[in-house]
Amino acid sequence: MSIFTSGYQARQLRRRYLERSLGTVAAFAILFWLTINFLKSPSQFFQASLIGLSNGILYALIALGYTLVYGIIELINFAHGDLFMLGAVFSANFITIWFGKESSGPSAWGVFFLCLLVVMTLSATVNVGIERFAYRRLRRAPKLAPLITAVGVSFCLQFVGLRWNGSGPKTWDTVLPAGAFHISGVSIDYTTLFSFAVTVPLLLLMSWIVTRTRQGKAMRATAQDQDAARLMGINVDRTISFTFALGGALAGAAGLLFQQTRGLTSYNLGYQLGLIAFTSAVMGGIGNLQGAVLGALLIGLIQGLNDGLPIGLGQQWSQTVVFSILILLMAFRPTGLLGKPTTEKV
Amino acid sequence: MAMSKVKKPVKPAASQRTWAIGFIIAAVVMWTFYTFIMFRLPYQVQTIFQNWLPPTKLNEAMVWVICALGLNIVVGYAGLLDLGFVAFWAIGGYSAGWFMSAFFRQVNWHVFSTVEPTLPGIHISFWGVIFIGGLICAFFGIVIGAPTLRLKSDYLALVTLGFGEIIPQVFTNGENIAGFNMSNGTKGISPVDNIGVPGRALGPFDFSWKFTIFALLTAMMVFISLRLRTGRLGRAWLAIREDELAASMMGVPLMRTKLAAYSVGAFTGGIGGVAFATHVNGVFADRFNFSISIILLAMVVLGGMGNVWGVMVGALVIAWVNSTGLQAMGDLVNTSLHTSINFPSYNFVLFGGVLIFMMLFKREGLIPESRLKAIMHEGDDASANLEGHH
Repeated sequence: MSIFTSGYQARQLRRRYLERSLGTVAAFAILFWLTINFLKSPSQFFQASLIGLSNGILYALIALGYTLVYGIIELINFAHGDLFMLGAVFSANFITIWFGKESSGPSAWGVFFLCLLVVMTLSATVNVGIERFAYRRLRRAPKLAPLITAVGVSFCLQFVGLRWNGSGPKTWDTVLPAGAFHISGVSIDYTTLFSFAVTVPLLLLMSWIVTRTRQGKAMRATAQDQDAARLMGINVDRTISFTFALGGALAGAAGLLFQQTRGLTSYNLGYQLGLIAFTSAVMGGIGNLQGAVLGALLIGLIQGLNDGLPIGLGQQWSQTVVFSILILLMAFRPTGLLGKPTTEKV
Repeated sequence: MAMSKVKKPVKPAASQRTWAIGFIIAAVVMWTFYTFIMFRLPYQVQTIFQNWLPPTKLNEAMVWVICALGLNIVVGYAGLLDLGFVAFWAIGGYSAGWFMSAFFRQVNWHVFSTVEPTLPGIHISFWGVIFIGGLICAFFGIVIGAPTLRLKSDYLALVTLGFGEIIPQVFTNGENIAGFNMSNGTKGISPVDNIGVPGRALGPFDFSWKFTIFALLTAMMVFISLRLRTGRLGRAWLAIREDELAASMMGVPLMRTKLAAYSVGAFTGGIGGVAFATHVNGVFADRFNFSISIILLAMVVLGGMGNVWGVMVGALVIAWVNSTGLQAMGDLVNTSLHTSINFPSYNFVLFGGVLIFMMLFKREGLIPESRLKAIMHEGDDASANLEGHH
């Protein structure tokens, strides 16, 4: 017995030592890379960070949907990214085609906020419907089954996007105020400010719902133990539906913001962005709401710096960088940055 | 009775033998038909066959079967979800590109190759390259598996997904890695050497020989899958799939067994990749994308996870629908009903729908494996009585 324990402990110690030294080396390498770039061109450094952060806040909206659903029923909802894509395609049609708004102005902003409400409601409804028809029956099935179902739903949503948006990417005019202001060489777009102004209140509202309301309490209880929650009189099915509605609404808002700030829609948008958003959710510690936002901002920042800095791998390696970070993180810290180590439910 | 040790290897069940004989007969019939009979038929009949099942698509379907059998070992036997199997297909393909072409002009190595000895580049015989490609893939399977196999199942799925994204991007951008051209970027590596059989070199369009070779490779993979399943390793895989905790309590080394599943699956994927490279006479980076991983998974799920013959049937059906089946059926419907529906564009919804409905109503697949059927419906009665475990 003692031999086993000491061998085990030695291995654990060696593992921990290895992890720590590798982590330190990596941290110093990144710091070195950042410093060189900063000294070379400070304005470019800040510009890249800004672009990265404005991407990151968008990822945060999508990542929250992943983390909410995973937190409550432990399912990687592969269809979530495609819901975001549908939100973007819907917003483009709503604002540009149905209301004919192609330039900035007070009435156009009114349409924008109307679209925000409509797209959030619609995505929430679609997400609840998906849960009702595809995932609910599989709640007690082996994990593989709902996961494969989610992939199937993702394909169906992509088909809708393909039909609606066509096989190629489409560009759209934005109704957000154009132009930018400059602070010592760094240009800040008004659209960036606008997306922050929409996203931050949404995130605060989300956090208020989950931590302060009765429904939020029910969500947390269901996430901890479904059977116990049911015994306490919580309607588990309704709580799970509510969670999907919340996640769907955020994905819809993200779709609108993406379409308006980038002016671009494409049917396979959801796959790439969804993957990145899920990576950020995992990075922050899946199931942890603050973690998802932190992870999303970090991933956005990393991507922005990698793509925009003078000495970097450049845009064509963007995916590789993000997923390498994911794999390394999974290997060394699977609980994420803010996640607490949990014991597996048996 | 179940406790008593089984010393003798379990004989393959009678149904396995029936399936094996069926496979051989089907292969021989196909081969005879396409080699001797098809070109004697009237021109109109030939066109029908060219539209419904051209010989090259049959060969391509065989490659899909090989890869699906590899994924079946990982997903069906060991119960580890792999969403990035395309990575192994790509690595296998590039092994063929590196070792069977004039790509590395700096050197001039020939190992049992049937091409002109004066041609520059590395030219190793196809039969050697399938092992080299398989081994490289197995190596990568272990590299990606070793640090991550202790993760929970859905995290593992995500890591494999990331791996399946990284590898094709590395090949797409591999034109200039610190000044070294590793993969020729988006242009790809083409042509690849032909398969050498004793006494002759096959041309790229030598259908019936390639069919024989691919059918043999498939048969070999089926044989390996079946033998592994009844052996010690296969029983350990099934035990892990059914209950990881119980398996480890019974003394199954979890990490080693899972790594074995990963490397065997990757090896098979590598063989499929090499075969595909010789089939399309080149490797092209943009062909390797996420949809391949998903199609392979759909083949395994549709056919019946864990059942070799089910997976084979699933792979053949889906590969056929994807290549010519949907188009041909659509044309038939369009001409007979005078409509103009673009059937191949419904591919997405067809796939998605099949995955969803299979999982909702027939989770174990079309030709299920009895043990897996029991697992997949484990939770069904538990929802009726709440005190039941889950």
